[in-house]
Amino acid sequence: MLRNIFGFIAGGLFGAGLLVSGMTNTRKVQGWLDIFGDWDPTLAFVLGGAILPTAIAWNIASRRAKAMLGNPLPGKPGTEVDHNLMLGSLMFGAGWGLVGLCPGPAVASISWGGIGGLVFMFAMLAGMLVAPAFRARLNAVATAIR
Amino acid sequence: MIGAAASFYLLGSGRVMGASGIIGGLVDRSGWSTWAERLAFIAGLAVVPALLKPVYNVPVVTNITDNLFAIVAAGLLVGIGTRVANGCTSGHGVCGISRFSIRGMAATVFYLIGGGLAVIVFRHLFEVI
Repeated sequence: MLRNIFGFIAGGLFGAGLLVSGMTNTRKVQGWLDIFGDWDPTLAFVLGGAILPTAIAWNIASRRAKAMLGNPLPGKPGTEVDHNLMLGSLMFGAGWGLVGLCPGPAVASISWGGIGGLVFMFAMLAGMLVAPAFRARLNAVATAIR
Repeated sequence: MIGAAASFYLLGSGRVMGASGIIGGLVDRSGWSTWAERLAFIAGLAVVPALLKPVYNVPVVTNITDNLFAIVAAGLLVGIGTRVANGCTSGHGVCGISRFSIRGMAATVFYLIGGGLAVIVFRHLFEVI
């Protein structure tokens, strides 16, 4: 139960941060991605402001054996930058730029995003559903090329 | 607040706060063993901003396009892309960069390139967004 309460609190804090920082405003996000147009750099401070405390948390985590609830802390991250990471991120970025929503803000803004927000979320969930098959196809192509 | 959420989830629950992973693990059932915790996170993510919105004094709008074709295409790209790459802005961007993960930093470079290109092509070239 405590695990679920912690999950709710983390999700709630995250959602509140996304709302306040402007990450749920698609125009602002597109303005940030519009590097060669009318660039709005403010979201870089949002990202930086999120990275800084999290870096401190990772540092604390590195000196601990377990999390507060007793389960293990995440292991070392992988180092392989493969075709899945590159192509997947390019696809994600293209979708993010096209409409201005990424997964967190899409859920956080669902109560006021209207029909467009709902359609986006269902399309995103459909994409997540077919992603494992897409990934398998991609791996098969990559193996064939090698 | 985003950093506080990521730090709390890491040190409290021992989890990497990645939105696409938490949601996607439910959709493709790869994270089914922790479904309740995932659902609780998603509930907090949807409910707390909904409650906060009326007291937040600046008008909050998503300004989402009314081009349904663009919305569906973008949703599919975001859904497939984040799951194939194993992370989005929160998982790779915030949690990855903050631990100096090569994968997190590389993913961020690639999704910023993808996003920058999409805005150039669809806003400045075709002027549809």
